[in-house]
Amino acid sequence: MAGIMKVKAKSKKEMTSVKLMAKHIMESGQRKDKKTGEAIPAMFLQGITVQHGGKTVFEANLGTAVSKNPYLAFTFAGGAKGEELTINWVESTGKTGSETAAIK
Amino acid sequence: MMNRRKVIKALATGGALIGASVLMPGLALAGWNKEAFGSENQDMAMKSLLGAEPTASADVSLKAPSIAENGAVVPVTVKTAAANVESISIFVEGNPTPLVAEFMIPSGTKAEVSTRIRMGKTSNITAVVKADGQLLSASQETKVTIGGCGG
Repeated sequence: MAGIMKVKAKSKKEMTSVKLMAKHIMESGQRKDKKTGEAIPAMFLQGITVQHGGKTVFEANLGTAVSKNPYLAFTFAGGAKGEELTINWVESTGKTGSETAAIK
Repeated sequence: MMNRRKVIKALATGGALIGASVLMPGLALAGWNKEAFGSENQDMAMKSLLGAEPTASADVSLKAPSIAENGAVVPVTVKTAAANVESISIFVEGNPTPLVAEFMIPSGTKAEVSTRIRMGKTSNITAVVKADGQLLSASQETKVTIGGCGG
């Protein structure tokens, strides 16, 4: 599952605003399969960490009540056009990923 | 002798074992508080995540709709005027597990976070801000016309 992150990062007046959307079903473990009646096991994004220039600028620990395709928006000081953000994520299954996005 | 049926059975058991190991959650992420996220009681979840119960404060601003047509996607924004903010967490009292998310705010990052959450039914949303070792909160009731937890 390469590239689940959709990131819009904009630098303005020495602040960078980041809007991030992860393409993920965020299966809560509460739903049941309509045909078999069995519970669908939980599978969701547990953690998203955003780094800029080696420094962590944002860290999110998510539960199952975060909507499908989790959306996060935050702003940090610093960052300039053309610089890169690194986004690391962990799924509840233990699967991890690392992606980069450019600041515009 | 191993016949075809046995081989298939062996493969299936092996597959189930691999499946079980994949389903073991948690350990990979040190910061994820399993006890707090798994708690079915809001007070307990707050205590295990933050160590104490928060006090309501006007410094915390919680923006959420008063009526959510679709409980599966409820936009929430939390911001605070407090200084030295360490974390922002969001709780929904009426959800099966009230802790929705916890956001770490390192210095240099603005204490304002937006996200979208699920709500099973009409309930209070509470935002808790940890700042300067204090726990400040703001709550709001959001009415849900279609729940977000069912299938």
